[in-house]
Formats: sequence, structure tokens, C-alpha cells
Amino acid sequence: MSETTPTTKSRIGALADPAVRRDLMSKVAPEPGSGKPDAILKVDNITRQFGGITAVDVEHLEVQRGIITALIGPNGAGKTTFFNLITGFDRPTSAGQGAHWSFDGATLDKTSASRVARSGMVRTFQLTKALSRMTVMDNMMLGAQGQAGENLAKCLFRPFWTAQEKDVEQKALGLLERFKLLEKRTDYAGSLSGGQRKLLEMARALMSDPKMIMLDEPMAGVNPALTQSLLGHIQSLRDEGTTVLFVEHDMHVVRHISDWVVVMAEGRLVAEGPADTVMSNQAVIDAYLGAHHDTDLGDDALLSDETLEQLEKEVAEEDAHREEERHADGAAHGEEERA
Amino acid sequence: MDDIQGILQAMMRVAVDPTTAAVAIAVIGLNIHFGYTGLLNIGQSAFMLLGAYGFAISITQGWPLLIAILVGLLIAFVFALVLGVPTLKLRGDYLAIVTISAAEIVRYVGRSVGYERLFNLTGGAQGIPGSDYRDPFTNLSFFGNGNTTLLPFNYLDVTESPILRIAGWAIVVGLIWTAVRIGRGKMGMDGIARSVVLSVLGLVTVLLVFFLTPVNQRNTGVNGWWFTVVAWLIVAIGLLLVLGLTRSPWGRALKGVREDEDAMRSLGKNVFAIKMQALVIGGLFGAIGGMMYVLPGSVQPDALGRNITFFCYTALLLGGAATIWGPVLGSLIFFVGRIGIIAIANTYLSSDKYLNIMNGQQTAQFAFIVVGVSLMLLVIFRPQGILGDKRELRFNV
Repeated sequence: MSETTPTTKSRIGALADPAVRRDLMSKVAPEPGSGKPDAILKVDNITRQFGGITAVDVEHLEVQRGIITALIGPNGAGKTTFFNLITGFDRPTSAGQGAHWSFDGATLDKTSASRVARSGMVRTFQLTKALSRMTVMDNMMLGAQGQAGENLAKCLFRPFWTAQEKDVEQKALGLLERFKLLEKRTDYAGSLSGGQRKLLEMARALMSDPKMIMLDEPMAGVNPALTQSLLGHIQSLRDEGTTVLFVEHDMHVVRHISDWVVVMAEGRLVAEGPADTVMSNQAVIDAYLGAHHDTDLGDDALLSDETLEQLEKEVAEEDAHREEERHADGAAHGEEERA
Repeated sequence: MDDIQGILQAMMRVAVDPTTAAVAIAVIGLNIHFGYTGLLNIGQSAFMLLGAYGFAISITQGWPLLIAILVGLLIAFVFALVLGVPTLKLRGDYLAIVTISAAEIVRYVGRSVGYERLFNLTGGAQGIPGSDYRDPFTNLSFFGNGNTTLLPFNYLDVTESPILRIAGWAIVVGLIWTAVRIGRGKMGMDGIARSVVLSVLGLVTVLLVFFLTPVNQRNTGVNGWWFTVVAWLIVAIGLLLVLGLTRSPWGRALKGVREDEDAMRSLGKNVFAIKMQALVIGGLFGAIGGMMYVLPGSVQPDALGRNITFFCYTALLLGGAATIWGPVLGSLIFFVGRIGIIAIANTYLSSDKYLNIMNGQQTAQFAFIVVGVSLMLLVIFRPQGILGDKRELRFNV
């Protein structure tokens, strides 16, 4: 954004250097809910229940400014629900009971989706939402914020908005060029292919100069060549100072571009850390493959009562351990807050 | 030839009728709702009826014309807010349910006789006779008395021989065909040149039609030229307004809401406000249409019931939703076409001269059957309407 002070700008520029990013994040403890040196998004106590199922139960999460953070987790881990909650598309069950989240210093607890977007946190959708019966160009133009011509009182009087419209158009053309959609600008968005729609959606989100862009599975259904160019776009966004938070299933992608990885499973945060180490975290392996993925269930010896008892005991221990950890965490957070 | 001339004259009288223009105004409003914003308003007749009541009752209470118009608009405005606040945050279907029920409620309240003070204002099912509220509007006329024929110079001044008229209609068809070709961009014209040529063609066509079927009306009286001119002038102003609105970023936001509300939210647009603005503006058009509709006749709640809403939708889909000219073209074709079929049936199927297989009532019903069948054919072969863009239909929502 244009209001950023020169000091932050130079720091943001510095984050284009991988060594600086590695250095910055090496000081962060690789554990769920760890504090970040300069968090742009802070989330506390968000739970979302659908009937008896707890889809999301996040106690604390901070997202570092200026880097790419990946949010991963097996199917049904609650990643998209979490996205919906913090972008205002859904309300947490814990609203009013300690749920609290803030973006860039501003509290978002009761903010509508459109206001969240206006405050600089723009999202895309897992199932792309291209505005089908509008041209690619119109799609792009809608992304710009604060257009005088979108005010009903002014829209009939062209002098109020023609100059701004030209600026927006130039910007849209620039972004379309960058995302290789320029020759499609007069086509209806509905005629684009799935991958092109992903590109369009990302380009449209960038029209608002977001401080943080949240991409929900940007690579799903995109061919490998396009994936490469999308990755390039995401990285160049980061290098220009935009914070990126994205949900992804493809581990190669995550490993390749993310500076920090947050792992969710069954609605909770189970691990955090740099991409190369978090993959070997026991909790992550358990979440993805199951705690006993190395055990051969075809082995008849395992079916003896002793082994089963042994396994049950292990599970019980694990559960107890997890409970304990949660309580300990809760207490620690409580102390922090009191301090 | 006299028979055919009679049919054409009947069609022409409907084409210049102020009520046709009034419905066109309401359809312009509905186009903002349904065509541009995707709001499924099945109660446009309620906006018309409320506008008409507000206008007529104000005048019967002795208020000046301008205030009466404002009262009608204000009532429609409040009605739009009342409908919009609870439903616009929900999915589109709820607005449909609420608007059609609200329209029926308004109609039933209008025709109720139980509450005396209300009955004294609305006149129940009998309604308010036009003579009670028409005069202030008629008195504004500066057209004077007497009759005028449009065009004053017409085919009767040249020759009565049918060859002239046949040739004339052939030219009309040719002009329309050329206009369609140009409109589709097949003649290699662009931008302003195309608009100018199209307007010239349109003007020549209209003049030629008036030349071939001159219309004679009183200057000022009920259904006279004063009513006709004002009504079509309002249509023109409405078209200009819609043109301005939809070519602006606000109009772009309307279409965005029609396509995907969540996407618009994620882009930071206040979807509720945009939908509410669209509902109000379309509703105000409806109210003006209602006032114009009752001016030549009377305010009868049953005349502005579900039928009118469905006529509006028919006209809109016929002309092409989300197009500028669609509502006007659709209304014209719908009403003129219906009268044309009635007139043809009356002439050829209900007279001793040719066939006599129907009575007068049946020809009107026969007209609706033909209209229905042609609508089905339209939906099958040209679902985007006459002016719609076929590309828009390739990706169904």
C-alpha cells in the first residue's frame, strides 16, 4: 500500500532475499501457535462447530508479514472453513466467547466479508468464482477498491470517475499482461478454462493492492506448466511485499515456495515450522498417514490380544498426552495475557 | 386490403397507446432488477399499484400534481425497503417468494372493503375512476383541442392503391433487416458511425410506418396525443437513465452481483447496498409505470395484479434481459402482437365474410394461445431474447 513508511518498505524489499527470510523465521519456535516477530494476522480462540462436529478449533495463530505461509492438512482438516471464518464469510461458534482476530492491527471480530476485503485481506476461492457473463476486463475492473463510479450518487456523472476509470483500466491491463490473459480481455470469463480462471481470480484479487492475499488451493486442477507460472506469480508477489497465505495439497508446491508451513488436522493446529523440517514432524506424519501407518495390518501376529491391548494403551496415552498439552498451552497463554 | 389495413391500424393504435409505454417503463425497472442485478422480483405489479394509489389518492385529496407523483414514488421507495431489508441478505429465491406474496397482499388490501376509511380512499375493487384524478395532468397539456393525424402526410395523400402500401411494407422489412445486419456488426461499422446509422434507420422506419398506418387521435383528451407523447417521453428518459447507470462502474457492480455475490464480497463490495439500490431504482420505475398506466383508465387493484407482472416478464424475456432496448422492444412486440392476433382472428375467424368459428371472447383467448406458443418457440430457439447476446447463454449459471 502507498501509505507504508519508507522503513517498512526497505524491510519488505529485504524479504525478497531467501537468506533474510530464513534468518527471520529461524528465530521463531517451530511449534503450533508460536509468536512471530511481525505478525500481520493474529487469531485467537476460533472454533466453528457444525452440530456436534468441531470443524475448526484454533487457539492461537500468527502469520508473519511479508512471507509465504502455507496452510496444509489432510482432507477435512478445516482449512477452508478456517479461511471462511477469518475472512468474514462465516461466523465462528465461539464469537463473543473469546474469539478474537485482528489483521494489521485492526480487530476483525465483527467485520463483514466485504469490509475484511477492503481492509486489505483479499481471498480467492477453491472453486473459482469467475463472473461468467462478464468480460475478463470487467472482472478485473471490479477488483479495484474505492471507485467513485460505484457510488450511485456519482455514477451518472462521468467527470467524477472517468479519470479513475482510466487508471483502473491501465492497472488491469498491466495485471492481465503479467498473467498472460491480455488477449482474452474481451472474452466472457465463463469461456476461460479452469486454469485461466484461477489466474483471473488471482489477478482480480491483486487489483485491490492487498496487504495479504489468501489463496484457497490455487493449484487445484491446474496443469503442471501453469502451476510453474502460478508459483512464479506467488513468489513475485511476496518479493513485492505482499503477505501470502495459501492452502495447498501438493507437497512439492508447498516445499518449493513456502517460507513457513502451518499444519492443521481435525480442526486444530498440529505443527508449524519451516517447510523442510515440518514434513518430518511426527504430528504431521500422524495426521497425514495415521499414527500406525508403518504397521502391517496383514500381519496375523498383530491380531493377538496382547498387541491389540498394547495398541489401545498407546492410543489412550496419546490422547491423554494431547489433552495435557492443550491444558498446558491454555495455561501458558493465559499467563502471557495476564503478563 | 381493407381488412389488412384495419388490422394494421388496430396494431398501430396499441403501439402508440400510453398503457403500452407504461408497461414498458415498468419493464425497464424490472430489467434493472432481473436483467442486471439478478433479483427475482415477481411483484413488479405491486410497485405499479402502489405508485398508482399514491398518485391517485393524493390528487383526490386535493394535493398538487407534483406532490402526488412524489407521494407515489415515496410509497414505492418504502415498499422496496420493506421488501429488501429482510430478504436481500438471503438467497435469491426468498425475494421471489416475498415479492409475489407482497404484491398479492397489496392488491387484496386495495380491494378490501372492511375498513371504511381505507375503502373511502381506494374505492375497493371498483377502484378510483380516472376522472377523479386525471384532470391536473390533462390540464397541463399545451397541445390544444382538436384532432391530429400522424403523419399528416400519409399514403392517402398519394394513392389508395394497395401497391404503394405493399411496397412501403417491403421497404420497412428491408430497413429492419439492414438494421439487424448493422446491429450484429456484419456491415463493418463501428462505434459512433454505427449508432448514427442505426438511429437514422430507426427514425426512417418509424416515419414510414406512420406513413403507411396514420393514427388519428384527439390532441388532449383521454388516450390523446398528450398522454401518448408524455408516456413515450418518460420511456425515453428511462432508457437514457438506464444507459447511463449500466455503462458506469455502478452498473458493472450490478452485473457482478448477478453473477456471484460471494465473489463480490471477496472484492470488498457491499453486496447488500448494491442490491438494495437496484431494488429501489427498479421499483421507482415500476411506480412511474403504474401512474402512467392508470392515467388513461382507472385505478383498479385487479387490473394491476399478477397478470401485469407476468406480462412484464414476458416482454422482458422477449426483448432480451440485460439489454437497453429489450424492455421497450419486448413490450411493443408483446402488446402489438397480441392485438394483431386478436384483430386477425376477429377479421378472418369470426366474421361471416370468411370463417365464423369463434366468438369475440374466444378470439382474445386464441390470441393468448398463440402468444404462449410463440413464447415457447422463442425460449427454445432464441432463449436470450431478441436483442440478447447469445454468447451469454453458453455458460449456464
